[in-house]
Order: sequence, then C-alpha cells, then structure tokens
Amino acid sequence: MAEPMGFFTDTTVCIGCKACEVACKEWNQLPATNGGRNTLSGDSYDNTRRLDGMHWRHVKFIEQFAPDRTDGRWLLMSDVCKHCVQAGCLEVCPTGAIFRTEFDTVVIQSDVCNGCRDCIGACPFGVIDINPVSGTAQKCTLCYDRLRGGLEPACSKACPTDSINFGTIRELRAMADKRVGQLQTAGEKRAYLYGADEKMLGGLNSFFLLVDRPEIYGLPPDPKIPSRNLKPGAFWSVVGAVAVGLMGIISFRNRGGRDV
Amino acid sequence: MSSTFFTEPPHWHWLVILYFFLGGIAGGTYFLAVLIDLFGRVMDRPLGRLGHLVVFPIVIVCGLLLIVDLGRPERFWHMLVQSETWRPMFKAYSPMSIGAWGLLGFGFFAFLSFLGAIGDAERSRWPRFRVLRPPRVLGTVVGIVGSIFALFIAGYTGVLLAVTNRPIWSDTPLLGLTFLVSSASTSAALLILLGWRRRWAATGVHVLARFDSLVLIFELIALVALVVSLGNIARVWLNAWGALLVLGVIVAGILIPLALNSRPRILGSLTVPAAAILVLVGGFLLRVVIVLSSEAV
Repeated sequence: MAEPMGFFTDTTVCIGCKACEVACKEWNQLPATNGGRNTLSGDSYDNTRRLDGMHWRHVKFIEQFAPDRTDGRWLLMSDVCKHCVQAGCLEVCPTGAIFRTEFDTVVIQSDVCNGCRDCIGACPFGVIDINPVSGTAQKCTLCYDRLRGGLEPACSKACPTDSINFGTIRELRAMADKRVGQLQTAGEKRAYLYGADEKMLGGLNSFFLLVDRPEIYGLPPDPKIPSRNLKPGAFWSVVGAVAVGLMGIISFRNRGGRDV
Repeated sequence: MSSTFFTEPPHWHWLVILYFFLGGIAGGTYFLAVLIDLFGRVMDRPLGRLGHLVVFPIVIVCGLLLIVDLGRPERFWHMLVQSETWRPMFKAYSPMSIGAWGLLGFGFFAFLSFLGAIGDAERSRWPRFRVLRPPRVLGTVVGIVGSIFALFIAGYTGVLLAVTNRPIWSDTPLLGLTFLVSSASTSAALLILLGWRRRWAATGVHVLARFDSLVLIFELIALVALVVSLGNIARVWLNAWGALLVLGVIVAGILIPLALNSRPRILGSLTVPAAAILVLVGGFLLRVVIVLSSEAV
C-alpha cells in the first residue's frame, strides 16, 4: 500500500475564489445545478450552499458581523470529504461500492452503487448525496484517477493560495503543526487543527486548520462512527423479541384447553 | 448541539416507511401464525393458516418496495452478489446488508409456510404440502427457523436507522425494540381483522386481542423509554411531529385500543375491529414520525 495521502486545508489563507470547486467540476465532469440555470442564494456569495452528489468541493462563506456592522470577519473554508480512517459510509455500504484505496482514501464506485442511500445518513459530515444524473451516491474521490496517474488532485492543483495542500499525511501533519505554531506566535491564539490526530474517527485524511469552534464552520464537534449503535440496538431488539415471544406463548398457553 | 445535526438526510420517504410498516407486519404475522400452530388449539389452526397465506404476498410487496426505492433499481442484486467477482456480498456489521439476506431468508421460509397453508386447506389440490406445517416435524422446523427470520425482519429496520449518524435515529439504541414491539401489536391487529366475523376464529381472535393489549402496554413503555433515552434531542419533537406522536401513535394507536379491548361491548360488535384498525394506524404513524421527523431536520 502506498503511503496514506490526503488534504490539509488551511482556512486562514482561503480567499473564496472557488477555483477548487470549478477544477473539481471540470475534472470529474460533474453536472451543473438545475441543468445550468443560474440560481443564486440571494443572501451570500456562496451559491453552492452544500456538498452533495454534484458538488464535491464547497467553499463555505461564514460571515461573522456585529449587529451594528462595526466589526466583523469572513471565515472561508473549502470543504470536502474527510476520507476518514474509520469511515461511516464504508461501514454501512451494503453493495461494496465504497472501498478504501491504496492511498488510504475512500472512494465510491459509481458502477457498483445501487442508490440505497444508506451512506448518506451514515456520513458524520453530511458529505455524500445522490447525483441525479447517475442515480448513485457520489462524493470526492480525492481524484483517485489522477493519483493513480501520479498527478495531484484537481482542487489542490488549482488553489492559488495553497489553502488546499496535498501530500502524504505524515508531511501534511508536520506542515500543519508548523503553521499552527506560526499563527499562534503571530497572535492568532484560536488556531488549531480539526481531525489531524487519531482521536477523531481514527484521523481524517482531509483535515483542517480552523480559527473558531467546529460548529461555526458547520463541522460536527464530536463525529462518531455509525456502528457504535449496532450492538446496543441489536441487544435491545433481542430483549424485545424474547419479551414478545413470552407474551405470545403465555397468551396462547394460558387458555389451558378451556373455552374463552 | 449533538454532532448528529451536522449530517444530511438519506431521502428515505414513503416507500421506505411503507416497507418498514409492511415488513414489520409480515414478520409479526408469521411469528404469531407459528405461535398459533405450535401453542394454539386445533380449532385456531385456520387462523394461523390465514396468517401464513397473507405473509408471503406481503413479503413480495416488501421486496418490490425496496427495489423501486433504489436510485438504480436494476442493480438491486448488488446487495447480495458482488457484481465483479460474483461472490456473495455480505457485511456482518452493515444492517442493510444483513437485512437484504434476512429478507431473502424470510421470503424463503414464508414461501414454504405459504405452500404448507395451501396444502392444509380442506379440499386442497396439493395435500403433499401439508408436511410444511406443524405439527409435522418438517413443518415445525420450518416454523421455528422461519420465526427467527420473522422476528429479525420485525426489528432490524429500527437498528438500520440507529446505525447511521442522523438525529433521533442514531441518538437512541431503542428503535429496534420499539419497531419490533409495534410489529407484534400491528400483526395481532391484522390477524384480528382477518378473523373477525369468522365463527371458527372467535376464540383465536379473543386471545389475540388479549395478547395485543399486553403488547400495547409494552409498546407504551418502550416509547416512553425511547423518548427518555433521547434526552435533549427529544426537543426536535416539540412541533407537529411530536403532536402526531402523542395523538396519533400513543393516544389513537395505543391508549384508545387498550380502552376498547378492556370494554369489549362499548361499540358493540365493532369494538374489536375498531381497536385493531386504530392499532394498525398507530403502527404506521409511528414509522411516519420516526422516519420523517429525522428527515426534516
């Protein structure tokens, strides 16, 4: 297996140009929303709004302004599939369409997926959705085809500010740690890494440098794997089955041959 | 805020709700029919036979609902066979994978019992199929193994919802239990309706009504436990979904049927079927509330 690869996204240098979104759409030949009709959100420069089956990169525009508009800041973040080491989508997929690649990334095979949509609800980050053109679940592949060809993913290649960094996880973590230190020395004490260590789902192969709480960026503070509920859910179901079975046996046996 | 609120809904709507409801009824009805066969009196056997006759067609409908709901229905078989290697596709830790095999297995046993029920008719053209019904040894084995599959089908859908990251569904381990108990109550209600006004089924219907009351009390306890287990998450039901849960599921689907079963003459001959219909409506609404209230978040 090749060394694990991934993204380190430094949100502090993102300028919201959306070159990553465009490069992703171009390379992966993703369809336009509403057949290409121009639809604007009307309340933000963010007209993509969310990650889904047609948008595998999404630049979030988080506007933090005081009510009187005297103070404020923009938080910009290019969001993407986290390629979790413990991937909820991969766990629940009943067709084997989702697999882990030799680069430790998580990819959905569109020709195997049958559109059951279990992975959509299982993803802790709300990354996956159905692509209406293919009728299958889709998300970022971390440009698996480009990686196999020795190329960099389209989004990081297009990023003009190096907000999106691509490389081995080992190199990226070292780079991220250095950058956090640099920011904190410069006075940005809120800078920290989200998902860079094993505590979060075994580690996110696409992790982020943030300067506010995860919730502000629309990221879950404590994402979990879906299989945590398998054993307790099954246990209580068996308890229910035994109880119902006993009630049934008692109800029919208690008649004892007398008329009712 | 719980991390489950940062996820996206899987777009499981009416076809899935209908499957959850009918799958539960099929599993519960099979289980009750086998109980009647094994523990009921000889005079109740036609009621058990009636149960077996309705279960298999319902299982067929369940399979069709699931296939039609897929984004790519022609690939439904990818749930069972790997499309490239032709090896069996099975994941012991994916409830949907286990469920696909469980439904196939249950369909097989429901079919055998269906044949047994056909063979057990008074002037059957296929009397040799009687061997597939208890008290024959083969029929007893089929019934017991089929019942295990039936109970699995009745409850696994709740576990399937729990093994996601969606609000409500993955915030409690009690959905499987709640669905299973609801399947038992709705199945008893279906058998009561099937046996209603059939003279030979009068005593069986009476016992089923008593069983249904017991199960409804258990269902009420399970629902209360479910809400308690949700903790603060239960606040998402402070809206129309919560009202539907209280009025449609608990009041109309549990409390009124319990009252009707305890006063069997209050509506005359309509008391028993009225209670059964309300239980069925309540069981359906339970799945509507559970599925759609999370989808709406």
